[in-house]
Amino acid sequence: MLLITCPYCGPRPEIEFAARGEAHVARAAPDADGEAVAASLYVRSNPRGVIAERWRHVAGCGRFFDALRHTVTDKFVATYRVGEPRPDLAAPAGAGEGTR
Amino acid sequence: MHFSFLSLLRNAFSAHRDWPEQWRSPEPKPAYDVVIVGGGGHGLAAAYYLAAEFGIRDVAVVEKGWIGGGNTGRNTTIVRSNYLLEESEALYDHALKLWENLSQVLNYNVMFSPRGVMMLAHTTHDVQSFKRHFHANRLAGIDTEWLTPEEARDWCPGLNIARDIRYPIVGATLQKRGGVARHDAVAWGYARAASALGVDILENCEVTGIRRAADGSIEALDTTKGVIAAKKVGVSAAGHTSVVMDMAGVRMPIESFPLQALVSEPLKPIVSCVVMSNTIHAYISQSDKGDLVIGAGTDQYVSYSQTGGMQITAHTLDAICELFPVLRRVRMMRNWGGIVDTTADRSPILGTTPVPGLYVNCGWGTGGFKATPGAGHLLAATIAKGEPHPIAAPFSLDRFARGRLIDEAAAAAVAH
Repeated sequence: MLLITCPYCGPRPEIEFAARGEAHVARAAPDADGEAVAASLYVRSNPRGVIAERWRHVAGCGRFFDALRHTVTDKFVATYRVGEPRPDLAAPAGAGEGTR
Repeated sequence: MHFSFLSLLRNAFSAHRDWPEQWRSPEPKPAYDVVIVGGGGHGLAAAYYLAAEFGIRDVAVVEKGWIGGGNTGRNTTIVRSNYLLEESEALYDHALKLWENLSQVLNYNVMFSPRGVMMLAHTTHDVQSFKRHFHANRLAGIDTEWLTPEEARDWCPGLNIARDIRYPIVGATLQKRGGVARHDAVAWGYARAASALGVDILENCEVTGIRRAADGSIEALDTTKGVIAAKKVGVSAAGHTSVVMDMAGVRMPIESFPLQALVSEPLKPIVSCVVMSNTIHAYISQSDKGDLVIGAGTDQYVSYSQTGGMQITAHTLDAICELFPVLRRVRMMRNWGGIVDTTADRSPILGTTPVPGLYVNCGWGTGGFKATPGAGHLLAATIAKGEPHPIAAPFSLDRFARGRLIDEAAAAAVAH
């Protein structure tokens, strides 16, 4: 089970959280064609490496937040509030460390 | 080397020390007509059918680890074809028909055992959903039966049909042609048969890049064993499909999740068929060795770690203990995870790609093993002809942009 640091509540076990898929996916424009709609609905980066994803602390504060996590180690690199830009990993990592 | 009673007898006299290796381990040639990326059951089957049925023998299978070491060796070996929609019924029944003669065709015992797959209904919604599947299957000519709880218990003794449990069994569907097969033997059987026809199986050979010609078509693969030129490339890399396709500049509508399974200590025969429950999320069968093979659910996040959360397996074992109270004291021996490539509609992607000469077979999610012969055959047909096989055509990559999704979320059995 993952240990996830909610930016509002602090570190909590994974069962309190619901994963909500990749973060920073832009919705297609209303007049976009099928390719663009399919890309925003279905195409995901699915990286073998660091992924930005949205989580929700459903059994805690109930709030949404974003997180950076490595998909091979499953370790959280950072968690941050919705609306904030994706943290630059070139800067020294440290915030919101989690471990299995 | 043909396996027969005589060859078995002859080798018995030399204490089975003189069996030759089952497939060659050659060095890569500089170029092939077709290279299959991914040496699991699907990829090896594709290579075999390319050589055996379509006469294309200048074929290589590149595998970054060892053959059958990914999801082929990690699944719960269930084979069935009771899906809901016509396209899926044709696809999965195509595979099931190939399973039925596979041991004879490959001259290798894949231990296909059609012992019946029973899917349990626990709620009114389950009954409605399963009856819809039941009627759809009957219209498509796929064998299926509806069982009352008593009939379900008679078919699989030990099943708890008490009314006072949290999720009582209120009915079940049964596909008697479904069952299990020996997963490793499937990979080995296809590898042996393909190798005998001239296919090069290149293990420990990871693809690190895909080179494209000036016109955009496939030119060569960069691998850890050097550059391999290829006229056509078929990607059959399961959970790592996104990673490989990214090298060719193609983004995929799939996400990779961990899916776990576990086995118990070996027992005397006790579970006579495959029992699956979508609602409380458990599936169980018993291997010929006696281990109970139990499938758990997917984790909720994208991962390539080939491991998952203990709460997922604990949840499944709760369900198993309720369905089979007799198993409550059984000890579990091992658990493990595989990485499954899931699509939004829980149906696979099989066919051509925007890159000329590049073909893909992926998105089988939590249920790819059952399709192994069919997926391999259809990928081979698609590569050989350069256009999708009619059965594979609805499962094209462009169905997402066209909105022609094939929603099999209810038939996929694993909730995710």
